[in-house]
Amino acid sequence: MLGEGILKGLAETAKNFAGSFVDKERLTTVEYPEERLPLPEASRNFPFLVYDGSDWEAGLRCVACQICEKECPPKCIYIDKSKDKKPDHVGKMQIYPAKFDIDISVCMSCQICVEVCPFEAIKMDTEYELATDDRFGGLLLDRHQLAKPNEYYHKIHPTEAAEVDARLAEEKAKAEAKARAAAAAPAKPAAPAAASSASAPVPAAAAIRPSAPAQAAKKEDVPSATPAPPKEGEAS
Amino acid sequence: MINTLDQIFVLLKQWIVGLFPEVLQPIVGIVLCVVAIIVTFPALFAIAVLMERKGLGRMQNRIGPNRVGPYGILQPVADGLKSLTKEDIVPYKADAVVHFMAPVVLVVVVFMGYAVLPMGRNMTLVHMDAALLFYFAIGACTELSVFMAGWASRNKYSLLGAMRAVAQMISYEVPLLMSSVAVVMITGSLSLDKIVEAQNQYTWGLPHWYIFTPWGLAGFLMFAIAATAETNRSPFDLPEGESELVAGYFTEYSGFKFAEFFLGEYVGMLSISGLGTTLFLGGWSAPLEVLGFMPSWFWFFAKIMLSMCVFIWLRGTLPRLRQDQLMNFAWKFVLPMTLLNLLVAALWRFLGDGWLRWVVCSAILLGAYVLVGRTEMRRRHYGPRSYRYAE
Repeated sequence: MLGEGILKGLAETAKNFAGSFVDKERLTTVEYPEERLPLPEASRNFPFLVYDGSDWEAGLRCVACQICEKECPPKCIYIDKSKDKKPDHVGKMQIYPAKFDIDISVCMSCQICVEVCPFEAIKMDTEYELATDDRFGGLLLDRHQLAKPNEYYHKIHPTEAAEVDARLAEEKAKAEAKARAAAAAPAKPAAPAAASSASAPVPAAAAIRPSAPAQAAKKEDVPSATPAPPKEGEAS
Repeated sequence: MINTLDQIFVLLKQWIVGLFPEVLQPIVGIVLCVVAIIVTFPALFAIAVLMERKGLGRMQNRIGPNRVGPYGILQPVADGLKSLTKEDIVPYKADAVVHFMAPVVLVVVVFMGYAVLPMGRNMTLVHMDAALLFYFAIGACTELSVFMAGWASRNKYSLLGAMRAVAQMISYEVPLLMSSVAVVMITGSLSLDKIVEAQNQYTWGLPHWYIFTPWGLAGFLMFAIAATAETNRSPFDLPEGESELVAGYFTEYSGFKFAEFFLGEYVGMLSISGLGTTLFLGGWSAPLEVLGFMPSWFWFFAKIMLSMCVFIWLRGTLPRLRQDQLMNFAWKFVLPMTLLNLLVAALWRFLGDGWLRWVVCSAILLGAYVLVGRTEMRRRHYGPRSYRYAE
């Protein structure tokens, strides 16, 4: 009969109306500033710099190799290398970034910097409340603002952080074993010199394929530490 | 005591008027009443908007506005401030004078309708013999305002919205009038005061409201449908259909002029609810004789707000009609039913007391409802469209 559908519809909305007061299941609204949904583990937006230990400046994993700066498609990373050196996580003396800025107004969250970083130093953050009243200064994050402890990384991406930690520990163990071996056989004082002289002709060759991270790293004169093959060559 | 509370506004007015010299008293009395109306109904408008936003939210399993003040009750204040502080933009090629006049005409006309509505015992601003006629005459002016707005904006959406609005409002004006005529036939008076008085009687504690008669119920339903269409409310909100016409006839209105249209729409709804209440729901009379101790104005406003709730409920439920459906519904269903209702009302009047008139009137109306619903409102199944291309 005419009007049946209307009555059915009215009953439905009346049910919704009454139900929304009794049944919490019906109200799916998350009232954002007060309550928020947990972010999925794979979520990401802008990069941050990981540091170990408690001192952010000393513990920064970044060695200013500038691979990320080179690889960044929108060119939002600015790095100045330091003049002096400090020990990195495996105890090797490394240069560090005197200046490391990311302009997150330019960043497109592609994660390429994270993928190319050989030091596990840059990772993707999940922080999304970045609104600021200063559209230039407020969105240009310096290295202090970017530096976040490894514990924070564990908190936001637990699985990934555990993998990274395992890899770093393995590397460190390998480095220590090598150091011990080097101490046992004190016939290697010329090794660093040999390494640097060996890397000298590389840039010309690497210029042909600038996108290969390992070669780019060499081109930037990064002191050893990363690529495994040269080390093995050294050992053999 | 009961009487004092019932007449509190009347006594208050008399007291204030008494403070003025004899010569000024009639003018002061009128001005007081007008001010009271102009203050009360926008306040009710604010409440209605809040109810609508919260209620619609609940119907859609949302929470609704809850940020401004506790539970969002100050939302209307925020809305008002926002619309007051917004820029008022008049299109470059618009007819500035008419563009300005349209919302003013709407608000003025809508408020004039309240002059004749009895809002409580002895609470009618103008005791007019042809009150109903006056109400409809004034109510028809809203169409003018809508068309002024659409025409002066010099915008195709505005004009389309205005055309739709005029077509719709004129079509539904007829059933609106026809359904009220039945009441006039039974009461024998066009005066709204007399209509309320006629319904303010009780048998076994139950009121003699017209809605409790077959013709009254049918008349009320037709009136409600026509009133919904007349006020451009969903599901008859084609004139402003956002999905098709941006905002219809007030596309080019911003700032306070837009707020005026909004106010006009809601105050118009309150006003037509008041008329429906007066005609079919016994105006300010209590729903049960035992509840007669409560003030009459309370019942009037309670009934108005209740019908606003029904408006909101309908809006939360029904999708918008198509233009042809709208017109079909008006001319093929509502109008024949109201015409038949006139006949039924006459039968009711002349069949005398007793059970016979109940049976006869109900049977006629029910039969007609089923029949017209089956034949006229049948869903038509059109085949696939065929096109003829130019050779």
